[in-house]
Amino acid sequence: MTAYNPYLLIVVFLAAAAGFAVAPLLTAWIWAKLFSPKKSGPEKNAIYECGLQSKGDAWVRFKSEYYLYGIIFLIFDVETIFLLPFAVAFTGLPVGAFIAMIVFLLLLVEGLVWAWRKGILNWA
Amino acid sequence: MNPEPQAGIDEGLRSELSKQGIFTTKLADIYNWGRKNSVWPLQFGLACCAIEMIATTMARYDLARFGAEVFRPSPRQADLMIVAGTVTKKMAPQVVRLYNQMPEPKYVIAMGACAISGGPFKQGYNVLKGIDRFIPVDVHIPGCPPRPEALIHAFMTLQQKISDQTFAGPNRPRHLDPDAPSEFPVPQFGEHDLVPPNNRNVWQPPARARHE
Repeated sequence: MTAYNPYLLIVVFLAAAAGFAVAPLLTAWIWAKLFSPKKSGPEKNAIYECGLQSKGDAWVRFKSEYYLYGIIFLIFDVETIFLLPFAVAFTGLPVGAFIAMIVFLLLLVEGLVWAWRKGILNWA
Repeated sequence: MNPEPQAGIDEGLRSELSKQGIFTTKLADIYNWGRKNSVWPLQFGLACCAIEMIATTMARYDLARFGAEVFRPSPRQADLMIVAGTVTKKMAPQVVRLYNQMPEPKYVIAMGACAISGGPFKQGYNVLKGIDRFIPVDVHIPGCPPRPEALIHAFMTLQQKISDQTFAGPNRPRHLDPDAPSEFPVPQFGEHDLVPPNNRNVWQPPARARHE
């Protein structure tokens, strides 16, 4: 008799999981093939289901400008989270912490200046 | 006139058998019992009648008692279109298109004076004088707006209609009738009116009697 392999259980579980997922889909597919009322047409099979007709192609290009706006907004939003405790604890801070915070702020300001000079903030 | 021959056993024998504890039924009865008790309406309101339709689904009137509380936001999952409100000519193509996208078998309740005839806005230049000009309506409800009880009554009437349908014959549901059209033509916006202004296959203008 072969030795018990602990991984066998995982294989059984995987097979059961796959069956659990596939069986309802297969049943629905077979049911649709055999029993569903067959009255279809171009309107019924249209993709859009709001009553309106879709116009144009869904595969269109979006500008990346909003993405850059979003990234810059996020960075300064996170900066605010750091600034609030910094302001609260300001009087009790050692010089090292103060310098570290200023360096952090200057780095972010430098990024903003870079983005500004690249013309990202001008919505074209 | 001869009654249509009924399939299955006759009513007297069935009643006699049920007294002896033997319950008989027809496949069509089970099928229709299932269909009539799980009608899913389309979540679709056009005007003030929609408020009454919403009230019907809420706790006080509770349409869920009839198995119809599942209002589907997609026509793909709905069996029943409740046309609740004024159908403008701008909206009519969308209503017909939504009806076309509903799966078979499907039913329509025209709710309120506007949906059945144009109602108080009948003289309006942009009001469709009844949705039955474009799609087949199963139950008409008069009223402006009809109370929730009226909608429930219309719904029970529809349930009765569903349970009376048979697998074959003139009373069969649309999906078992190969001649029933799968789609109804969607009207287009014309210069003065919808083109065509009505679908002659589902609606005929009333005959005008001339007295000379």
